[in-house]
Amino acid sequence: MLELKDVHTYYGNIHALKGISLTVGDGEIVTLIGSNGAGKSTTLRTIQGLNKPKSGSVVFNGTELHKLPAHEISALGVAQSPEGRMIFPRMTVMENLEMGAYVRKDLTSLKDDLDHVFTLFPRLKERIGQKGGTLSGGEQQMLAMGRALMAKPKILLLDEPSMGLAPLLVELIFEIIKKLNEEGTTILLVEQNALMALSIADRGYVLQTGEVVLADQADKLMKNDMVQKTYLGVE
Amino acid sequence: METTRKKFNLRRFAIATLVLYIVFLIGPIVGLDVPAVYASIKSNPLQLVQFLIIGISNGAIIAIIALGYTMVYGIIELINFAHGDVYMIGVFTSLTVLSLTGTLESKDPAKIVFGLILALIVAIVFCAVLNATIERLAYRRLRNAPRLAPLISAIGMSFIIENIGLMWAAQAWLVPSFGTTGGASQKSFPDMLGILFTSLGWDVNLLASTGIALRLTIKDVMVIVLAVVLMVGLYLFVQRTRLGKAMRATAQNRDAAKMLGIDIDWVITATFLIGGGLAGAAGLMAGLYNNTAWWFMGFRAGLQSFTAAVLGGIGNIAGGMLGGFLIGLLASFSDGYLNARWTNALVFATLVLILLFRPTGLLGEQTGQKA
Ligand SMILES: Nc1ncnc2c1ncn2[C@@H]1O[C@H](COP(=O)(O)OP(=O)(O)OP(=O)(O)O)[C@@H](O)[C@H]1O
Ligand SMILES: [Mg+2]
Repeated sequence: MLELKDVHTYYGNIHALKGISLTVGDGEIVTLIGSNGAGKSTTLRTIQGLNKPKSGSVVFNGTELHKLPAHEISALGVAQSPEGRMIFPRMTVMENLEMGAYVRKDLTSLKDDLDHVFTLFPRLKERIGQKGGTLSGGEQQMLAMGRALMAKPKILLLDEPSMGLAPLLVELIFEIIKKLNEEGTTILLVEQNALMALSIADRGYVLQTGEVVLADQADKLMKNDMVQKTYLGVE
Repeated sequence: METTRKKFNLRRFAIATLVLYIVFLIGPIVGLDVPAVYASIKSNPLQLVQFLIIGISNGAIIAIIALGYTMVYGIIELINFAHGDVYMIGVFTSLTVLSLTGTLESKDPAKIVFGLILALIVAIVFCAVLNATIERLAYRRLRNAPRLAPLISAIGMSFIIENIGLMWAAQAWLVPSFGTTGGASQKSFPDMLGILFTSLGWDVNLLASTGIALRLTIKDVMVIVLAVVLMVGLYLFVQRTRLGKAMRATAQNRDAAKMLGIDIDWVITATFLIGGGLAGAAGLMAGLYNNTAWWFMGFRAGLQSFTAAVLGGIGNIAGGMLGGFLIGLLASFSDGYLNARWTNALVFATLVLILLFRPTGLLGEQTGQKA
């Protein structure tokens, strides 16, 4: 469904992605793990078109994303809950969610999708008229995810969705991710919480300073020595 | 932390004192004579109301121009220095349309109304396209450049447009009353609303029959009504429509907007189109209200409107409107009680004081978050 081939992305002179190749199959949950600055967020930004790769290709269902402007990529069914949440601070929760559906042409089921988001995150329904910027960090995280869902994406890119959430909520978020996947959404998940991520993922990639150093089934990665030491904190 | 803060406040206080000192030192020389002003208000309180009317009308025009500054700043954090000059082009465009359609010589009410509406539409469209063209040519490539670059580019555009105005004002074949003396002098913009009202046999002063010694003319009413219609229209547009929401989203977080499928380039173009269109409308309004057209008029209007935008809180649409009316009143009282020469200085002093004491403006600035 999604394939990155030898992707190189730069920020000015900084060589952030040094030849990333990865695939995400239809219906899969794939996770990217790696320490700070490894290039996980940059990978998601490159897929979304917010950063353009200098070389390499990003192909989604046969379309070459790296040749498209960002706003055309989302219309193909790629949505993201980005690092830092990036919600619209002076728009209400409702308006933020509406913006999530900006690219959609079938607006008939909009009401149902809104209800769907509110069933997943009842807290958002209580805060419907509140300005995004005044939500708590965890609520903003829910909003960012809800907004991405409003686009009814084929593939959902999640950048540290558990960031800043209380442990109970983290569990809930991961359950939601699983549920969304069962409903047919393909998921590419970036997480600091490698244990949780690997436990729900089908496959995983380990990134280090802009390169893929390991790629395997999630359960095998979990047993890998290096992964255990570096990311799972097993002595 | 505490001491640096104190020092900083002290410095601001010192600068403010300096500003006030200069105001009161130079003030009396140029006419800021507080006792005289007080006496004049006391002896003729109605005059105060008169200046209030003039201030609100001019403020309405300033507010409309300020919206263009504030919307553009809100979305790309650039002060479009050429904006005041786009407004000047609006004045010349409407005057030219009125001339070419023969409206200037006409005494037929229907023809005058038609000419005015046509001038309004042409001025709006022309200035909208001009403003969007400026963005395309001079700002778009510099969007990710250091901030100084687009700012200098904007000042350059301002000079170019002022010179176009200077040349335009010399084209007597377009508007015969421009004369043959060149483009540098102030040209007259005929009082078409006055002519329209006289031709209908009505009094231009709406208060004439009441016997109150005040002038509330059709010009005041037209300017205020048009301004309010434009403001309400803009507000509803930005709040309710798909494009309006896309504009707000882009202003608040550009990366997120892109991610959701918003075409940033088009949204920015649309913002310049709307800002330019408003400046065009303001051009016709100001021409009809103040009855002058001058290649350099964009400077004063730009200064006042920019200050209005900062006063209200840059990027904040409601703030731009409020700031516009406040600056209009300030300018009117300064013109009336002090001296017109003094007005620009007062507006500048206001700008300095806001930037020192309340840089976010009265209603708070609204700019994007760096992603
Ligand atoms: N806007 C930017 N300008 C310059 N360098 C950047 C920028 N964004 C990221 N980088 C650099 O690119 C590299 C990869 O960053 P990225 O954000 O992709 O890491 P990450 O794996 O998501 O890390 P984290 O786990 O901390 O979120 C880092 O070295 C970072 O410093
Ligand atoms: Mg990251």
